[in-house]
Amino acid sequence: MAHSGVAGTADTNGQVDSDDERGRADGTRSSTDGGSASSGSGGGGVGPALVSRALRGVARQVQSRIPRADLDERDPDFIRERLPLMWLAASLWYRGEVRGLGNIPDDGPVLMVGNHSGGNMTPDTVVFTLAFNTYFGVERSFYQLAHNLVLSMPGLGSLRRFGTVAASPANARKALQAGAALLVYPGGDYEVHRPFWERNRIDFDGRKGFIRLALQENVPIVPVVSIGGHETALFLTRGEGLARLLALDRVFRLKVLPVSLAVPWGLNVGDMLGHIPLPAKITIETLPPIDLKAEFGPEPDVDEIYDHLIRLMQDTLDALAEERRLPVIG
Amino acid sequence: MRATAATTISAPIETVWAVVSDPEQALSFMSGVTRWEIESDEPVGLGARYRMLLRVGSAEVGGLIEIVEWDPPQELAWTSITGVDQRGRWRLRSVAPGRTKAEIRLAAGVAGSGIAGWVAERIAQPIVGGHLRNTVTQLTRLVENEQMREQAAARRAARSAHAG
Repeated sequence: MAHSGVAGTADTNGQVDSDDERGRADGTRSSTDGGSASSGSGGGGVGPALVSRALRGVARQVQSRIPRADLDERDPDFIRERLPLMWLAASLWYRGEVRGLGNIPDDGPVLMVGNHSGGNMTPDTVVFTLAFNTYFGVERSFYQLAHNLVLSMPGLGSLRRFGTVAASPANARKALQAGAALLVYPGGDYEVHRPFWERNRIDFDGRKGFIRLALQENVPIVPVVSIGGHETALFLTRGEGLARLLALDRVFRLKVLPVSLAVPWGLNVGDMLGHIPLPAKITIETLPPIDLKAEFGPEPDVDEIYDHLIRLMQDTLDALAEERRLPVIG
Repeated sequence: MRATAATTISAPIETVWAVVSDPEQALSFMSGVTRWEIESDEPVGLGARYRMLLRVGSAEVGGLIEIVEWDPPQELAWTSITGVDQRGRWRLRSVAPGRTKAEIRLAAGVAGSGIAGWVAERIAQPIVGGHLRNTVTQLTRLVENEQMREQAAARRAARSAHAG
C-alpha cells in the first residue's frame, strides 16, 4: 500500500506547540538546548563527544530537510485525482462515517482541532481529509499540520501537495491569514501513540498553543472528534523512557518511541515503516464552531478554554464510544 | 460512472416538471442528497446554480452545479462547476394523457485518477444507481399523493358548492 494516495493517510501528527514557542514560554530553554547536547554528555572521554556530534549532525540533516511552509505547494488537481483512492480506503477499509461537516463555516479561516489516533498511519486523517475535500471541494484551501519528521521522510513529499505543512506557529498563522481551513492535532505524537486502553481518551498533553493562535488570529475553533483509529493495531506503550535514552527528543523532536503489536511486523518498535492498519470502523463527529471571544469574553483565559474544549471533546468521544459494540467491527 | 433510473408516473408532465425543476423540493425526494442550495440570483432556469451534495460511501460528494439545459416541461440538465466532475439530467416525456415517463441520469468521475478511479467508479455505480432508483420512486409517491390530495380537495369544493 505504499503508493502516494496512502501516503496521504500516513501520519499528520500536527502540533502547534513547537519548540520555539515553548522556548519563549520558559525563558532561555531553547537557546540552551543545543548546548546541553554536548555538555550533558561531555563528562567523559571521546566516545560520548563523538556520539553527541553525530547526533547534532543528524539533527542538522533533519532540520535541513524540513520544508518551509510554502502554501503554494498545495495542488488541488493532485488532490482531486487522488480522491477516488482515498474514497476506496475510507469507504471500504474503514467504513468511514463523518458527521456534522455542515458545522464548519462555509468560507473563511477556521481552526479544526482533532484528537489523533492510530500511530503513524493515522487512519482518521484520511477519512477526514477525504470528507472535507469532497464536501467543500478541492477548490477550498485546506491545510494540515504535520510533525517535522513526517515531512522530512523520503518518499512522503507528496503530502505537501495535499496541503500538509510542518507544524509550527508561524506556518499555522500563515495558513489562517491566507483564509484557509487548518487541521491541527494538538496531541501530536504524544496522543497518537497512547496505549490501546486509553483509546477513548482525549489527551493533548497540556498543549495550548493552538488556542493562543486562534485568539491571535481571531478564528473560530471547530472540534473534530474521531473514534476507531486507535483500534487499527494494539498499541502498548509510548516508550517515552526509551526515546529519552536514545536522545530522540533532542534530535528528531520525538518524545516517544512507541511499541505496538501490528500487522505485518508483530512486535513493532518505533512504527517508522508504518504498518497495515486493521480495518476498524472510523466515525468522526464535527462539532459546532466555537467563537472564543464571544463565548469566553474579550480577554479569555487560555486554561479555561482548554479545559472546556477537552471536556466537550471527551463528552463527544464518550458518546461515540457508547454507540460502539465491539472494537474494530464498530 | 453512469447511472440511470426511470419510471412512469400517473400525472401530467407539467405536474412532474413542477417538482423536478423546483430546487426547494430536491431534498424531499432525491435520495442520498444532503444539500441542494440555491447559489444564484435566479432560483430556476438556464444558468441557475446550486450547491449540491450526494452521500456516496463514506463521503458526501458534489459541489457547485449549473443548469445548462432548460426546456420545460421536458429537459433539465446540469453540469458541475466545482468539485467532482458530474453531469445530470431529468428527461420527462408524456406517454399518454395523464401519464409521464420520468428518467434521471447521472454521470460522474475524476479525470486522471487512474486505476483507483476506475475501481472506485465501479464500486460507486450501484450505490448511485440505488439512490436514483429511490429518487424516482419517491418522486412518483410525491407527485401522485399531491395529485390525489388536489383531486380530493377539488371534489370537496365541488360538493360544498353543490350543497350550497
